[in-house]
Amino acid sequence: MPEQTDPIFSGAQDPRFWRDGAISTTAVMLIVLALLTIDSLDVIAAGGANVPAYTVINQEIGYEFDSDKSMWMPTIGEEQLLFGQKYDAAGAEAMMDKAKLVIQSRNCINCHTFFGNGAYYGPDLTKAWLDPVWEKMWIPMTQSKTREEAMVKFLMHPDRYPTWARQMPNLGINEEEARAVTAYQKWMSSVHTNGFPAGFGNRQEQR
Amino acid sequence: MYKSQQLALKYFAASLFVFGLLVVAGLLAAIYYVKFGFLLGVLDFSVAKMLHINALIISLLMGFLGAIYWFLPDELGQETVGIALAHLLFYVLCLAVGIVVVVYIFVQYGGSDQFAMWFINQGRKYVEAPRWASIGIFVVLCTLAYNIAATALRARKITGVIGVLIAAMVPLTLVYLFAFPAITNMSVDLYWWWWLVHMWVEATWEIIIGCILALSLMKLLDTPRRIVEIWLYLEVGLVLGTGILGLGHHYFWIGTPAYWLSIGGVFSALEPLPLLGMVVHAIYDAGKHQMKTTNKPAFYWLLAEAFGNFIGAGVWGFMMTLPQINLFSHGTQWTVSHGHFAFYGAYVTGILAVVYIAVQNWRQIGEVTGNAWKWAFAFLNLGMIGMVGGLLISGMAQSFYERALGGSTLEAFMAGQSNPWFMQGMYARLGFGIMFAVGFVILVYDLGRMVRKGRALPPRNVAA
Repeated sequence: MPEQTDPIFSGAQDPRFWRDGAISTTAVMLIVLALLTIDSLDVIAAGGANVPAYTVINQEIGYEFDSDKSMWMPTIGEEQLLFGQKYDAAGAEAMMDKAKLVIQSRNCINCHTFFGNGAYYGPDLTKAWLDPVWEKMWIPMTQSKTREEAMVKFLMHPDRYPTWARQMPNLGINEEEARAVTAYQKWMSSVHTNGFPAGFGNRQEQR
Repeated sequence: MYKSQQLALKYFAASLFVFGLLVVAGLLAAIYYVKFGFLLGVLDFSVAKMLHINALIISLLMGFLGAIYWFLPDELGQETVGIALAHLLFYVLCLAVGIVVVVYIFVQYGGSDQFAMWFINQGRKYVEAPRWASIGIFVVLCTLAYNIAATALRARKITGVIGVLIAAMVPLTLVYLFAFPAITNMSVDLYWWWWLVHMWVEATWEIIIGCILALSLMKLLDTPRRIVEIWLYLEVGLVLGTGILGLGHHYFWIGTPAYWLSIGGVFSALEPLPLLGMVVHAIYDAGKHQMKTTNKPAFYWLLAEAFGNFIGAGVWGFMMTLPQINLFSHGTQWTVSHGHFAFYGAYVTGILAVVYIAVQNWRQIGEVTGNAWKWAFAFLNLGMIGMVGGLLISGMAQSFYERALGGSTLEAFMAGQSNPWFMQGMYARLGFGIMFAVGFVILVYDLGRMVRKGRALPPRNVAA
C-alpha cells in the first residue's frame, strides 16, 4: 500500500479507524438482533401468533394454499380428538415434554429434519402428521383404525413395516413414548412456517 | 520452543487423529445412501452421521486451540500464562472425547429421560455430546480465554490481533451455553440452537480463523502488521455487520415471523463480501512476494483457504440462501454440498496451513521440500470439489423432484431418493470421498516425513 499524503484518506491508514468501525457496526447489529429476538420469541411461544398452544392436538389440522398471502398455511378446524381423548393444557404439555425427550434421546434429528433442520437420510417431519401416506398405506398395513394408531404401531416397530429404499431401525420406543411423539407431530404440523414445505401433499404430475 | 507451542503440537496431532475419524465416519455415511440396509440395527445412519459431524466440531476446535497456543507466545513475547492447566485439560478433553465416542458406538441410545441427556447423547445436531462432556468443552474454552487474556496482561502488551481474539472468546464461550437446554417447543429450541451454530460457524469462527490467518501471513510472508490489522478489522466489521443479522436465513421456516425472510435474505446475500475481501488480500500479498516462501505447502493451503472460504461458504451459501430458492433447497443434499465446501474451505484448509508452519518451525526445516504435499493438496482439494459437485446434483434433483414437483411427502421423498440423478450424485460423492481419504493419508505421511527429517527446536527455560 503506497503512503498516502492526502489528508482525507490519512485516517483510513490507521488501523484504529477500522477497529472503531468494526465495534460500532457490531454494536448496532447486536441491538437490532436483540429487539427482533424479543419480538420473535413472543411469536413462537406455544400459544403465540405462529405457534399454536399444545392443546391444538384436540383439533383437526390442515394445510391449504392462501392465495392472498400466496403461501401455504396451516388450518385449525373442528374438534378432532387424538386417541379418543381430550387433553387439557397440562396434559398436553406433559405429553410434549415427554415427546421432546424421546426425539432427543433417540437422535431423530440425525436422520430426519424438523422444519427442515437436521439430517437428510429420512423424510422431513414438519408436516408428517398430514402425510396422505398414512391413509393410503400405513393404516391398512398396520391394520389400524386411525392415523394415530398406525403412527404408534409404526414408531414402536418400524422394522416390521419395511418400505422403499430406506428402513427405520427399531429404537426401542415404548407405547407411552410413541403416543407422545404422535401428539408432537400433530402439534408441529399446526405451526405456521411461512409456507414450508411448499405444497405439502400436492404432487404435480410430470409430463 | 515455548511450552505453549508443545501443547499446540499435541492439539494438532489430536486434531488430525479426530479428522481421520471424521473421514472414516463420512465414508460410512456415504455408503448408507447407495447400499440398502447397510449396518441397519448395528450402527445406524444416525450414529455414523453423529460421529462424522461431532468429529468435525472437535477436530476444528482442536485445530483452533493448537493454532492459538502456537502463535500466542511469539506474538506476546512471553510463555502462555496458565499453560500447565491447559496441558492438563488437553488430556482431560482427549479422554472425554474417547469416552463419548465409545458411548456413541456401543450404547447409541438412551431412554426418554434426563439420564440420557447427561450421559448418552443429547440428540441435538452438532451438540449431541452428553452434558457432562459439554461441560468439559466449556471449561476448555474458558481456560483458553483465560490463557490469552492473562498472558496479554502479564506481557503488558496487547496487539490488534490479540485484542480481536480476546473479544471473540466472549461470544464463543457464551453461545456454547445453548448446547445444554432441552426446550420442548421445537421452534424455540431451534431459535436458540441457531444462535450457537450460526454464531460459531458464521461469526466467531470466521473471526478466529481471520486472526490465525493474520498471524500466519506475518510469519509466512512478513506482511506488515499495520496492513494485516487494517484487513482484520475490516473483515471483523463486515463479518459481524452482515453475519449477525445473516442469522435470519435460519429463521425462514421454523415458525418465526415473516420479516426474517427479507432480513435473512438481504444480510446473507452480503455475507460473502468479507470473504471476497480475504481473497483480494491473499492475492495481493502473494503477488507482492512473487509467491516466494520457504513453506510452499503452508502458503498454498492459505490460498486454498481464501478461495475455499469465498467459494464454499460465500458463493455456495448465497446460491441457496435467498428464501425464494431456500423454500425448495432447504433441508436437502444441497445443504450438505454447501456444508462440506464451507467447513473445508473456511476452516480445514486454514488449520492445515498453520500445521505446516508449526511443523517447519518445530523441526527447524529451512525450506519445506518434497512432492508428497502436492499430491495431498491435489487429492484433498479434488476429492472435496468432487464430493461437493456430486452432492449439489443430488440436492438439485431432490429440490426439484421431491420438493417442487413431489410435494415433500414421504412418497415424494422416496421418489427423490431413488431418482437416477440423485443416485449418480451419491455414487460420485462416495467415489470422491475415497479420493479425499487417500489425500488425507498422504497428508499424514508427508507431515510424518517432516517430523522425522528435522531436529526438534530445543525447549525454552522461561518462567510462565
